[in-house]
Amino acid sequence: MDNSLLAIDMALILEKLVLIVVVVFASLGIAMYATYGERKVAAFMQDRRGPNRAGPFGILQPMADGLKLFFKEEIIPNFSNKILFVMGPCLAMLTAIMTSAVIPWGNHIEIFGRSVSLQIADVNIGMLYIFGVLSLGVYGIMIGAWASNNKFSLFGGLRAASQIISYELAMGISFIALLMVTGSLSLKDMVLQQQTGHWWNVVYQPLGFLIFLICAFAECNRTPFDLPEAENELIGGYHTEYSSMKLGFYLFAEYINMFISSAVMATLFFGGYDFPFVDESTLSPNFAALLGIVALMGKIIGFIFLFMWVRWTIPRFRYDQLMYLGWRILIPLALFNMLATGAAVLYFHK
Amino acid sequence: MQALTHRAKQVNRSPMNFWERLYLPAIFQGMSITLRHFFKRKVTYNFPEQQRSFSPVFRGLHILNRDAEGRENCTACGLCAVACPAEAISMEAAERQPGEEHLYREEKYAARYEINMLRCIFCGLCEEACPKDAIYLSETFAPSDYERKQFIYSKQDLLIPHPINEPEEYKKALGNRAKPEDKS
Repeated sequence: MDNSLLAIDMALILEKLVLIVVVVFASLGIAMYATYGERKVAAFMQDRRGPNRAGPFGILQPMADGLKLFFKEEIIPNFSNKILFVMGPCLAMLTAIMTSAVIPWGNHIEIFGRSVSLQIADVNIGMLYIFGVLSLGVYGIMIGAWASNNKFSLFGGLRAASQIISYELAMGISFIALLMVTGSLSLKDMVLQQQTGHWWNVVYQPLGFLIFLICAFAECNRTPFDLPEAENELIGGYHTEYSSMKLGFYLFAEYINMFISSAVMATLFFGGYDFPFVDESTLSPNFAALLGIVALMGKIIGFIFLFMWVRWTIPRFRYDQLMYLGWRILIPLALFNMLATGAAVLYFHK
Repeated sequence: MQALTHRAKQVNRSPMNFWERLYLPAIFQGMSITLRHFFKRKVTYNFPEQQRSFSPVFRGLHILNRDAEGRENCTACGLCAVACPAEAISMEAAERQPGEEHLYREEKYAARYEINMLRCIFCGLCEEACPKDAIYLSETFAPSDYERKQFIYSKQDLLIPHPINEPEEYKKALGNRAKPEDKS
């Protein structure tokens, strides 16, 4: 290998390709089973049993749901903008999956003497990339809502846009505080820091984590922040006019977003693929990687459960309450957290 | 005002203090409630596999009874049809021929006996009207079907299994609702 800037050979392309396919299909599969999990969790919290007819314990339910969506009639309203109408769900899905590129799913594994990193792209501005893609995500909703040419859809789209702008601010500021502690935007560096010596970042940034968590709920349009699709005021919100698999894409994108933001929160605040109380450096790399993936998945599933748990506990906010919480409470709190963190970092000369 | 029950609670309308205005404690409280429900025993029956038992007074599908020797009790007197408020019962009488004594208990019997289960309101008046203990309501309910005509139950559907040839099915169908055999 020469010293060119981009050391790309065939094997690298191949391993990245395999990794991309695996990650995309894993996130699709997890999103699929998140729908099943959502229904089960909802049922259990309401003293019901949930889907239990398709296969043992109803585990084939997602397939049945998917099949049903495929067989539904595809309706594109006459008065809609057809290109944008199709683009909306595609964009929502695309941006939902794109975020997974910079998340370190594990350390590295050894195959045929090669050390393969379990991260698709270790870019040094990983977190900025995530913020960028996350704010693109709202375009899927907005374009779909606009193209529907329906006032309820439009209301949903407007709400989604203003909600995401409002909460992204607080999210970004709370992340800046975390950035002061870690000193790196690369997600891999953050995990390595939390793995070796340091405690998990949630110990240093409890308030930052809380703000980040609340904003993540808002960014994923999950209850109590699911105003874009508030079904009792806006019919279905931005997806009122959608049917068949295009609707399925929107709903699916929500679950993928949930999965990805769970992964981001686990990585930023809960040590990523760090298995607690185990020193990974003493283990063989492949076993350590496996353990790391298990640990990360456990954390992600925990967060997904939290998302669902909150959804089936808390009623939806009113729109003015949502804006009040975002602008008058979370942003000042995040600013205060940032200042306090900055002062602490200066004082302790970290 | 005098409270009607002792469950009335005075609502506290004083302004919220700081702790309450934080909302998060209340949210955690609510989440603990939902989590408790998560682990609660579910009250739902898994219907086709698991069936809940009915009380002995449950009035389900009709059964045309036989006596201990397996002869039909019904004499097609028509009292059940008269008593039926929904006019769900219709029948045709026939005379017992010599050599059929092992089939029918008395000289007259129902050649055709139909109950329209879509009309039936399961009131049990037919059971009360019957002087021969020939019809009573069992503890099973009418299964669903795709066609209306499937709900017109004929004699084959209603007759209880033969007590000597199929004693187990007979016992099952009899349940504990049939009156004891005390008539001549």
